Amino acid sequence: MSFLHVDLQHKIYPNGVCTLQDLHFAADKGEFIALVGPSGTGKSTLLNLIAGLDSDFHGSIHYPPDTSLSFMFQEPHLLPWLSVEDNIRLVLDAPARQADTQRFTRMETLLEQLDLTDFRNSFPGQLSGGMKRRAALVRAFVTQPGLLLMDEPFQSLDEPTAQGLRQLLLQLWEENRPTVLFVTHNLNEALLLADRILFLSARPAHIILDYPVPLARPRPPETHQLQPLQDELLQQRPELLCGIPTFYQPGQG
Amino acid sequence: MHPRYSRLIALCGFVLLWQVAAWWLASRSLPGPLAVLETLWQQLLSGELLFHLGVTLLRVVVSFTLAMLAGVALGILMGSRRNWDNWLDALLILGLNIPALVTIILCYIWLGLGETAAVLAVALNKIPTVVVTLREGARAIDHELLQVAQVYRLSRWQTFHQVYLPQLYPYLFGAARNGLALIWKIVLVVELLGRSNGVGFQLGNYFHFFDIQGVLAYTLAFALIVLALEALLLRPLERHVNRWRT
Repeated sequence: MSFLHVDLQHKIYPNGVCTLQDLHFAADKGEFIALVGPSGTGKSTLLNLIAGLDSDFHGSIHYPPDTSLSFMFQEPHLLPWLSVEDNIRLVLDAPARQADTQRFTRMETLLEQLDLTDFRNSFPGQLSGGMKRRAALVRAFVTQPGLLLMDEPFQSLDEPTAQGLRQLLLQLWEENRPTVLFVTHNLNEALLLADRILFLSARPAHIILDYPVPLARPRPPETHQLQPLQDELLQQRPELLCGIPTFYQPGQG
Repeated sequence: MHPRYSRLIALCGFVLLWQVAAWWLASRSLPGPLAVLETLWQQLLSGELLFHLGVTLLRVVVSFTLAMLAGVALGILMGSRRNWDNWLDALLILGLNIPALVTIILCYIWLGLGETAAVLAVALNKIPTVVVTLREGARAIDHELLQVAQVYRLSRWQTFHQVYLPQLYPYLFGAARNGLALIWKIVLVVELLGRSNGVGFQLGNYFHFFDIQGVLAYTLAFALIVLALEALLLRPLERHVNRWRT
């Protein structure tokens, strides 16, 4: 029995553009799924539908109703007028979490683990991009989510910083095992992180390939070690290339 | 130079200019700062100044609070709901442009020459400008932050108080500053027209006796209160609320 079921007939924007059509997939509990597709195809819209931020669609989305949900957006979206710690406390003080007596202990552990203890009283505006993402990671994991939605969270960071954050994410995922939907247009990133990659077509988006990643964990952290796999995949299914930026073209180097 | 000193120097310069002008003109129509200060001191000792000032201040506080509460609520409503904005916009334009004097006279005629009419007239004059400012603020709200609140299931109060309201602070301070300035002015007119106490009433008396020294003494007391309010209340509060902007 799967944990998450997505069965979308279609999603049409108020301006008449159909962005998602006949999009169906299911995810197991604790599975890490990457959604890869050309930009502008409605990947963010899909996450918004699953998060319940947008209920204007035809179809059904099911996961257990008591699931705690976290969302990491493209930008960290910390509240700039609250310190790092207060940003996290705000989420922990929501009515649904008041009964959880372990929540502040967990916050301390996560702050420690993500090396933010010295910056707990800083405002987001005083932090670097990578540190803001780390704070957003703490906020996302401190609630012990059953379902974690991530919308290109490491985009617009320099590669070493992004690489560090991916390793942190993997570590947190191993420890907490939420079901993750990770939107990206970076195939390397998807190969590094995911159990399964769902490739989306151009608009109106549907799934053109459901690809289980044939790699054991822990995976090689260096992107060039994933390159042969990416080349092989793209040689078999050249249509996947459309709109997906690659670091090297197949057959090169 | 520290802004505190520049402010102080600007004020001293103004007083000096006043003194020089008074010497130069040597007229009964423009007493110098020292003479005015002396009158102020006498009025202060007799207790009269404090009484009238107190009455006026109370009216200012009540009508300011009323105007801010109503104006903020309406402004948020109009800024966030297109429908309400369409319905109320014409009334808002009307409210902005009706002369203060008309509102005051109508309030006094319809509600009688009482405290309620006075306070209401002042508040009614101020509400539209608060609405306009807060409507701008509500239109500029960052919806992505509200999505964060929704996803993490914050309570309505948390969302309003920690996510929504902080985005309106600059607009609230703008409205409060302009509000105070406008309300001082209107309260005095209201008092002049229909009250038997308060600074406006006193200024009316001095006007009848052509007592410029008295007029300026009350004005000075007033100016001091405004400066104190700004320095001791508004500016520290603003600095506290904006401490995250570095």
